[in-house]
Amino acid sequence: MSEAVLTIDNLSVALPSWADRPFAVNGISLEVLRKEILCIVGESGSGKSVMAKSILRLLPEPHVRVVSGRIAYEGKNLLALPPDDIRAVRGGRIAMIFQEPMVALNPLMTVGRQTDEIIEVHTRMRLAERRKRIVEVFGDVRLPEPERILGSYPHELSGGQRQRVMIAMALALEPALIIADEPTTALDVTTQAQILRLLKELQGRHGTAILFITHDFGVVAEIADRVAVMREGKLVEQGQAKDILQRPQHGYTRALVAAVPSLTPRHVAQSAPAQSERALLSVSGVEKTYASRGGGFALGRRRVPAVAGVSLEIAKGRSLALVGESGSGKSTLARCIVGLERADRGAIVLEGNDMAGLSRAKMRPYRKALQMIFQDPFASLNPRWRVADIIAQGPIVNGTPRRAALDQAADLLRLVGLDPKAADRYPHEFSGGQRQRIGIARALAVKPKLIIADEPVSALDVSVQKQVLDLLDELRTAFDLSMLFITHDLRVAAHVCEEIAVMKDGVIVEQGATADIFAQPRHEYTKTLLASVPGRDWQLQTSAARN
Amino acid sequence: MQRFWRRFIGNPRVALSLVWLAFIVAVAAAAPLLAPTSPFAIVSRPFSPPFGDFLFGTDSLGRNLLAGLIHGARTSLLIAIIATLAAVAFGTLVGSIAGFYGGIVDDVLMRMSEFFQTIPSFIFAIVLVAILAPSAESLVIAIATVSWPPIARVVRGEVLTIKAREFVQAAIVAGQRDMAILLGQVLPNALSPLIVTGSLLVANAILIESALSFLGLGAPDLMSWGFQIGAGRAFLRDAWWLVTVPGVAILLTVLAINLVGEGLNDALNPRLRDL
Repeated sequence: MSEAVLTIDNLSVALPSWADRPFAVNGISLEVLRKEILCIVGESGSGKSVMAKSILRLLPEPHVRVVSGRIAYEGKNLLALPPDDIRAVRGGRIAMIFQEPMVALNPLMTVGRQTDEIIEVHTRMRLAERRKRIVEVFGDVRLPEPERILGSYPHELSGGQRQRVMIAMALALEPALIIADEPTTALDVTTQAQILRLLKELQGRHGTAILFITHDFGVVAEIADRVAVMREGKLVEQGQAKDILQRPQHGYTRALVAAVPSLTPRHVAQSAPAQSERALLSVSGVEKTYASRGGGFALGRRRVPAVAGVSLEIAKGRSLALVGESGSGKSTLARCIVGLERADRGAIVLEGNDMAGLSRAKMRPYRKALQMIFQDPFASLNPRWRVADIIAQGPIVNGTPRRAALDQAADLLRLVGLDPKAADRYPHEFSGGQRQRIGIARALAVKPKLIIADEPVSALDVSVQKQVLDLLDELRTAFDLSMLFITHDLRVAAHVCEEIAVMKDGVIVEQGATADIFAQPRHEYTKTLLASVPGRDWQLQTSAARN
Repeated sequence: MQRFWRRFIGNPRVALSLVWLAFIVAVAAAAPLLAPTSPFAIVSRPFSPPFGDFLFGTDSLGRNLLAGLIHGARTSLLIAIIATLAAVAFGTLVGSIAGFYGGIVDDVLMRMSEFFQTIPSFIFAIVLVAILAPSAESLVIAIATVSWPPIARVVRGEVLTIKAREFVQAAIVAGQRDMAILLGQVLPNALSPLIVTGSLLVANAILIESALSFLGLGAPDLMSWGFQIGAGRAFLRDAWWLVTVPGVAILLTVLAINLVGEGLNDALNPRLRDL
């Protein structure tokens, strides 16, 4: 204990002149102790990733550069090491795990060869010894059949397996410190839970110190020994994980902790009358199969059933969460309903009109009743259009005079909590959360009856998630909207929806009121999902303590 | 936008190239004023060396080389720019329709553009001019015909990626018509690679025009740089300036356009250089 592996002393990193603030990291001092997991928590833009990158000197210099401070590792200042020496430290003594394993791995090399490369560069081991070592670490990170995985290319592995490979690569040389930059953010909840458990276990076995960067206090609760909270490049608070999780001192930390969506399902106000009402949207027996062309000159086509016979109903004014991991077919179903894809079979009935299989042109009259909120706030707004035009686009297409539509856009901006002056600006001037608000305003502009939200908060920080979810909830009641909410996160589903449908491999495995499902999950998969929610025990403890 | 200009003009190679191009364009525009007599008029004895009575001397028939150069700039630029505009217009049309609709339409249009790309472009241009009879119009047609396929490919690729973005799906969900989506949402976002490819194409067009004129397939009644080189090449050892001066003009202009195109690329896609 107590002995520091890495000491960061008064580190400051300057940003280029056109950035929104002069320093990404502003006078940070902290220590990573031997055999501990230190979590750095902060929202995007807090400088946590920049700080992590500066340790291994991976900053995009000269635009972003260290201006002062020391980073001491084994008595040496990493910032002053000559290039050859820092290369020996990278990968060898300090390893890094990145957020997106698909991007971090070279798609043209087998994962075995990529791991081998690291060992080859840093040691004098022979080929046979290296191979033995790779099989060993692959087994260590619980990759099934290490011998086979060795010869696989990244695209042949699942997201979780790829992240396991990244961890194996980091572990290959038994480094003293692993820097993990949001390693589970891009993964499903169930995979995230597995990876977190694995990291914790490996850390215990090998005694490696881990610097773990995250924006989610749920994850912190799962894994951290100590926590440091960052905001706008400065350290706000640090201390033992249990102290900070139970009794956060600083107001900002308290806000971050409070922003973690609660596991307590929302209170259902009216339950009985909704049943008798006629469904606004009823989906029955929808199927969608993708036929992928076999590579090269292959003749046969591979058929991938994405949605295999799904039926569900949404009553007026109600919201249903469709929960499942990536590849479960939930997004495909949403795209079929909204008419971006054509279902192969089945009926999609909105207010008595069957829309399944309609062409884009024939679908047009029904568009007004049905709008979509998209996942990626950075891709869903046309960068060359002003915000007002983006919001007014729907009404203008539907015949509202341009002037009136633009006036209405300003009102909508106020409604979603943005300054109406925002109307004249372009999307790149807004943060992710603000853009998602613009996306919501766009969906509301045509006064739809049903909104389909496809993972609308999964690209946002936890703290911003809560604001956007609250807004959605508020607007839903105000406009008496029905909503189909697609998410992989049960916490989010519990926050906004009265009902939940759990989807796996193209079929709905369990469906019911949120409270019932949380209290008594029946299907095995729902149980796994519930158990995978990060920070579950901590939340149960805190809510128990509060009562 | 401001940052774009700062990055663009701030690049010294771009600034120098722009100065040169501005000079060439000014000379071309003011050609009748700068050299009022016809560039084909015989003004002195043949082969008078440079820096004598005439800045760049005279050619084998006693024509003023400088006057030819000035009028040649006009021909070269005009033909190159019109041909490029035609190629960009046609290439964009083909590429955007192919990328947006995909499937059979895409297959047919792309096979068609491949058909053009498989024929060596310069030989194809020669054949076209020979069939159409040498004139300014046939030069434009020939250059445009061999230049549009790369544009179509670039636009198609851009449209394919932009089409998959969520804001295009949002426009579909809003009920916009295909043409409105293509023109309003997709193409404006494909503009920067289009501008870069288009600007590089102008340089290529100048080269093709000069080469055709060099071979005597240029417009017979228009003076051009390629024609000057073609006429002077027999006297390379006696009168070096006849080929050197117009050659240097072509070299500098093509180089300048390429540098500007590259500068545009750097300024419009800053990620390549910054991070």
